[in-house]
Amino acid sequence: MNTLFDKIWDAHVVQKIEDGPEQLYIDRLYCHEVTSPQAFDGLRERGVRCFRPESIICMPDHNTPTQDQDKPVSNPVSRAQLETLEKNCREFGLTYYGMNTPDNGIIHVVGPEKGLSLPGMTIVCGDSHTSTHGAVGAVAFGIGTSEVEMVMASQCILQQKPGTMRISIDGRLGKGVTAKDMALYLMMKLTTGGATGYFVEYAGSAVRALSMEGRLTLCNLSIEMGARGGLVAPDETTFEYLKGRQYAPKGEDWDKAVEYWKTLKSDEDAVFDRELHFNAEDIPPMITYGTNPGMGMAVDGCIPMSSPSKPLDYMGFRPGQKLLGHPVDYVFLGACTNGRIEDFRAFASVVKGRKKAGNVTAWLVPGSWAVDRAIREEHLDEVLEDAGFELRQPGCSACLAMNDDKIPAGKYSVSTSNRNFEGRQGQGARTILASPYTAAAAAVTGVITDPRTLDVDFK
Amino acid sequence: MKQKFEIIRSSCVPLKLDNIDTDQIIPARFLKSTTRDEKFYGDNLFRDWRYLPDGTPDPSFVLNDPRYGGEILLAGQNFGSGSSREHAAWAIAGYGFRVVIAGSFADIHRNNELNNFVLPVAVSEPFLSELFDTVLADPSAMVEVNVPEQKVTNLATGRSETFELNSFKKYCLMNAMDDIDYLLAHKSEIEKYEAGRLH
Repeated sequence: MNTLFDKIWDAHVVQKIEDGPEQLYIDRLYCHEVTSPQAFDGLRERGVRCFRPESIICMPDHNTPTQDQDKPVSNPVSRAQLETLEKNCREFGLTYYGMNTPDNGIIHVVGPEKGLSLPGMTIVCGDSHTSTHGAVGAVAFGIGTSEVEMVMASQCILQQKPGTMRISIDGRLGKGVTAKDMALYLMMKLTTGGATGYFVEYAGSAVRALSMEGRLTLCNLSIEMGARGGLVAPDETTFEYLKGRQYAPKGEDWDKAVEYWKTLKSDEDAVFDRELHFNAEDIPPMITYGTNPGMGMAVDGCIPMSSPSKPLDYMGFRPGQKLLGHPVDYVFLGACTNGRIEDFRAFASVVKGRKKAGNVTAWLVPGSWAVDRAIREEHLDEVLEDAGFELRQPGCSACLAMNDDKIPAGKYSVSTSNRNFEGRQGQGARTILASPYTAAAAAVTGVITDPRTLDVDFK
Repeated sequence: MKQKFEIIRSSCVPLKLDNIDTDQIIPARFLKSTTRDEKFYGDNLFRDWRYLPDGTPDPSFVLNDPRYGGEILLAGQNFGSGSSREHAAWAIAGYGFRVVIAGSFADIHRNNELNNFVLPVAVSEPFLSELFDTVLADPSAMVEVNVPEQKVTNLATGRSETFELNSFKKYCLMNAMDDIDYLLAHKSEIEKYEAGRLH
């Protein structure tokens, strides 16, 4: 009568501190350049080494430029942060995927695609979007830098066990509706703090029908409704995705692993602290209109009359306004949310045979070099180029604008990333979150457009 | 910074907004520093609300209002949502806040505050609303946060409320001890766990 989350969590409890947190064993720690330097400093100050260095995988992604990665990084502060990670990895003997090497990319894209994130694992990273890895059936969550230091020093973390929530979505998603829309819809329903204190299991036929890429997108956005993390029980889709990946078990070990992974599901009579049900048919293509991801609506909807004024003033919108036809300045395809191959396929399917609108600057940033290679193998790069788009090099890019990819103040950006907070994509930038289909529709029409109104062969 | 907590009595800085995300507490462009220099982060706390585009302080923002000051920040619901950046907690501590009283906290940020000896105090909506009323009417109004008793008191009205803090964290705060100190002292249990694993 246990939930999947309980099963994985409980199997990793080293001990419970009386009236306190649990000491949770961590199988995998990912580190990027932004939230790790102070943790390494902490280890040096305490005079300790990494307890299990083989479990730690590091790569830069936040500061990496998306052009000319073979040249020195121009911003000296970014460059220093990138170099610090490399130096720390060398000093502490950690696996490091350097910028502009075939293994590099956004940490949450690279982990699953290399088979480093596996069902049943506990996975952490100093990054809130670590929830992404829950898609493989793992307990994965974001932590702060002090906690990164804890895991480096002891392979453990002290955590209060969150509550359990199951969100079931049944039925079939409509044409042109994606996992991103599903997540934006859930955030709209739950608000940005609605799942705070909970770990979410996504279930139901619409979730089962999602590809691995779709599940990664859905779990990625768990944090945007406040959840500690989100996961999907592993199934044939998961096994098929993981089989043959570099770090996935091989041969007999694979068979044994799958046998165990098949037991990783919530029991029939499992009791969740909270249960929610939604119908896939009710979910439209979504966009956001405000300054947190919970402020979403149907792409052809109107901004609620009850919206608070501060976010709308920032966005330059008014209550009751319809956004269809609203001019767009920038389109960003990428991020740990929508930087995978399926997202590029979706974008390409819309722009195929069309042309980028003259008023739109488009940044198309693959989530990893592996995604970039897949794009080229499938000749999607040619489709994109014919339509007037060019591919950039992998990294977090305009999702949080720590590199040079900043949206100018006052400009409207339709973005496949995860956050529309004030200034997130650049000081004064106005972000409208959307799926790759909706972003592509905006890119070719130059205005907010319902992708379903274009003649597209939606997969 | 590790410091011992007992009883804090202070005036408050009221920031009456819900869903204050960590991108507002400290924007991403200040995350490139590789040090833990709290002054740097504190100087840039709420940077884009605190300063106008020309770099001068925005007089309409509460941190620039000379009437308000103190070691307690008052905020609305879901404080610290979004990014896991611990830099947000460093900025709050670096500015000089020791306590944040809010309606609720985002999970990761709450942990980050605790790990940096900033105390997150979640209070009920009526209590919070009264606190805001008190502080907005009288910026010098004092609030007491009693850690041993886990009690927060609006000294102007005498009304108080208890707040949640598990015994372990309370012990850490009162003794200036952090989680890593604890974990490093329990290595043998970790090795025992590793040896006994089935999967």
